[in-house]
Amino acid sequence: MDRPIRVLVAKPGLDRHDRGAKVLARAYRDAGFEVIYTGLDRSPEEIAEMAIQEDVDVVALSILSGAHDVLVPKVIRLCREAGADDVLFLAGGIIPDEDRPRLTEAGVAGVFGPGSDLDEIIRFTRENVRRKVPR
Amino acid sequence: MSLADSVLAGDRRAVARAITLVENGTPEGLALLRAIYARTGRAHVIGVTGPPGVGKSTLVDAVATAVRRDGQTVGVIAVDPTSPFSGGAFLGDRVRMQRGVVDPGVFIRSLATRGRLGGLSAAARDVIHVLDASGRDVILVETVGAGQAEVEVMELAHTTVVVLAPGLGDEIQAIKAGILEIGDVFVVNKADREGADRAVAELRFMIDMGRWREGAPGPWLRPDEVKAGHEPGAVSTGVRAGGTGAAAGGGGAPGDGTGAGPAGWTPPVIKTVARDGEGVGELVEAFRAHRWHLARTGGLEARRQRDAEAEVREVLLARLVAAIAGDERIQRLHGDLVRRVAARELDPHSAAEALLEAVRTERS
Ligand SMILES: Nc1nc2c(ncn2[C@@H]2O[C@H](COP(=O)(O)OP(=O)(O)OP(=O)(O)O)[C@@H](O)[C@H]2O)c(=O)[nH]1
Ligand SMILES: [Mg+2]
Repeated sequence: MDRPIRVLVAKPGLDRHDRGAKVLARAYRDAGFEVIYTGLDRSPEEIAEMAIQEDVDVVALSILSGAHDVLVPKVIRLCREAGADDVLFLAGGIIPDEDRPRLTEAGVAGVFGPGSDLDEIIRFTRENVRRKVPR
Repeated sequence: MSLADSVLAGDRRAVARAITLVENGTPEGLALLRAIYARTGRAHVIGVTGPPGVGKSTLVDAVATAVRRDGQTVGVIAVDPTSPFSGGAFLGDRVRMQRGVVDPGVFIRSLATRGRLGGLSAAARDVIHVLDASGRDVILVETVGAGQAEVEVMELAHTTVVVLAPGLGDEIQAIKAGILEIGDVFVVNKADREGADRAVAELRFMIDMGRWREGAPGPWLRPDEVKAGHEPGAVSTGVRAGGTGAAAGGGGAPGDGTGAGPAGWTPPVIKTVARDGEGVGELVEAFRAHRWHLARTGGLEARRQRDAEAEVREVLLARLVAAIAGDERIQRLHGDLVRRVAARELDPHSAAEALLEAVRTERS
């Protein structure tokens, strides 16, 4: 039986703007994904723990605070340390071009700037999910 | 270590994976359930339901915190609806469940209703089994008190708490038919808002009226009275002596001291401010009192029997449906039979008989 892909849409850092994250979450839902939304101001430790407990296939990090440099690699490291090594990591928000290579190196499979096409994000997610779905 | 052993040892990653497997009804999931089942049945399962936005998740978070403070571990299952249009779901309860996230004593899992074979409650039950086997002392299950599926989920709980908020007067009227019957404990949350006392009084009145009409045996005990070890009177007038705090045995015959009678339970109505934890201690006390009451009156054992029966029935039905759906020949036969029943060429019993026979020969 088909099962939906599970995505954690996470808001690390201290910025108070969750419009982008919510729009993304809704787009995922409308595309047939099960979306777990974390709410604002989550620490990397919290996000990793939620990813583990919810056994998600994808973690989409929405960042506007400019702290992606530290936060994103930390989330990925914590997830992997806890054994979630088959998760697809995506990052979106305001991320300067020159920072992209470092994020990719840290394990982010897709980086999406502001104004990215939602359909494109969803297509990318479907095509790159690491775990077999359905399984 | 096998996955089952890791689950029994309480390993979070294993528990999470196991939940996915049982939720999806995979063969590995079934094997896992077989391996852990003997170690289930210990947790206190508490259902939390009520209209959207009354503060259920905030309250679950506060209850989890209080239970943790007492040294017990907690599992949470937060159920949200699957969109019938996309098959996707927005699972947003975690937004209000912030306190316990990095506490290893708390494990939270969001569950979408999906269109499930065997229903939502069958899937929820299996998830409860996994959390139970992993050693969770208390398991809280949150659902929006909307449809039949959610009410069925509440039947899995030992203790059901119905959460309302001030200013829901009309809604209370609208939902009382279904929801008053299933509540073992009632909460008026957002008690920091105007109208909380009135909501409590109205609720109290409706609960008592409902009981009056049902003619349930009385008198009923408040949790503090149950805890204090009062025995219920052995009367069956169905009338309780007055308002919120009516004493046990008010006007009734004294208990016979054996505690074996058909003791009733008065659902307490508790005011809370989930956001800052006010009233949550009292609520946790009420949960424990209710569980104690069940244990003391044989309710726990009766439930265990009833649950086992329901569980076998659910699984059996789901398997039958799967057997029909999974075999082309049987599915065709099913379609034919249904058409003939509709045309009145055949009665439904004979159709079912033919299907059962087909499933039987298919398997042998
Ligand atoms: N004033 C006040 N607001 C509260 C209280 N408890 C929760 N809230 C607020 O009520 C809103 C809804 O809370 P939730 O816990 O998400 O409610 P819910 O019943 O789980 O909502 P759904 O899962 O969507 O049905 C949030 O904004 C909470 O902050 C309270 O005791 N007082
Ligand atoms: Mg909620």
